[in-house]
Amino acid sequence: MSAVTDRGGIRVAVLRELKRLAPEADLASLAPDALLRRTLDLDSVDFLNLILALHRATGVEVPEQDYPALATVDGCVAYFASRLGL
Amino acid sequence: MVEFRMPKLGADMDRGKVVAWRKGPGDAVAKGEIVAEVETDKADLEVESFTAGTLERILVEPGTWVPIGTPLAIIRAPGEAPGEAPGPAPAPPAEPTQVAAPPSAPATAAAPSLPSASPCSPAARKRAEELGVDLAQVKGTGPGGRITIPDVEAARGQAPEDPQVRLRRAIAAAMSRSKREIPHYYLSQTLDLGPATDWLAAANGARGVDSRLLLGTLLVKAAALALKEVPELNGFWTDGTFQPSAAIHLGIAISLRGGGLLAPAILDTDRLPLDELNARLADLVRRARAGGLRALEMASATATVTSLGDRGVEAVFGVIQPPQVALIGFGTPRTGPWVLGDRVVPRPVVTATLSADHRASDGHRGGLLLEAMERLLASPERL
Repeated sequence: MSAVTDRGGIRVAVLRELKRLAPEADLASLAPDALLRRTLDLDSVDFLNLILALHRATGVEVPEQDYPALATVDGCVAYFASRLGL
Repeated sequence: MVEFRMPKLGADMDRGKVVAWRKGPGDAVAKGEIVAEVETDKADLEVESFTAGTLERILVEPGTWVPIGTPLAIIRAPGEAPGEAPGPAPAPPAEPTQVAAPPSAPATAAAPSLPSASPCSPAARKRAEELGVDLAQVKGTGPGGRITIPDVEAARGQAPEDPQVRLRRAIAAAMSRSKREIPHYYLSQTLDLGPATDWLAAANGARGVDSRLLLGTLLVKAAALALKEVPELNGFWTDGTFQPSAAIHLGIAISLRGGGLLAPAILDTDRLPLDELNARLADLVRRARAGGLRALEMASATATVTSLGDRGVEAVFGVIQPPQVALIGFGTPRTGPWVLGDRVVPRPVVTATLSADHRASDGHRGGLLLEAMERLLASPERL
């Protein structure tokens, strides 16, 4: 588990996993408020893998009802920062 | 001595290429162990041995396209002395592709383009015909000056073909054959997912991220158990008759990034507990996209499930993968109006569909499958 200690670290972890799930995507041009599933064509298995990777990177358990908060890169950063008290 | 052959991994496969050998001469081979990595027009696969023994001899070097059925290696059975059997006489290593040519090959071999000085595999010859290339003008770069498919393509002035193009062509061949030969009939039914989603929310509430069940896992399990009740939909139409399959190996249609799809099977889908099935599904999706599918998985499906549940599609009426006789589809799970007693209430629902081969079954039996899925999903704790 890599220690994530700030918002920048969360963003890096999100982008790293997105690159793995959608290797062809141009993440540099991905708007931080773009809907990930639609923009990157992620399916439910991909999305679960994203959450699993972020869980491993942060140690945070994400209940299913919180999934909507993780729809964008900004959403992921805000959610995990809040859960980690950053 | 047993011949380890290029397997047929689906109706749309007529050739394959050994990319690498995982075993060398003298190595022990266990039953089910990976012996070679093989490239097909659809995917790169790991091919396992169906017998135990010792790898005696490799007949086909990596990099050569050969027709299905071609002996690739000789495996010596336990207790047999090395080199005891002469091996398949008609399989000299330099010309392996001349051996187990598919039934269509003799006609091709007699084609007028034959008088090339260089030896040429049937697959390369077929490709030459497709491209209108005169083999006499092609310089072979394979072992012994053999003409390979890339040689043919280079002679045509083409870069070796893009895997994406080959995948598309393989899908085109299988789907065209399906629509040409199979009289499809189509049924659809909207199913109440209330019990399944309630049960899933409760079950997942107690689970960590890494063991959480997907709704798709419940749908696949329900489809597998329903097929058990309607065996006319699980098996193959071959040689003018339906051959039912006792085992239920559901093919899972998985879309690939960049286009195309594969439908590898999960063996004995009906017998897997939900946790195991959930893990297998996630693993299968990962390997379909990243590589590492097993040959057995590509060759075993007895029926297929497809889901377009991630993009808002309400219902999918799929094309059957021959020689299978049924394809079960799921649209997007959604909240829809549902009549409960004399009230209309919002409920989570999904539209399930069946595309079935009318030669093997009739609409009445097909309807029983959809009805069985509805009943099974009403008691998700028993899946």
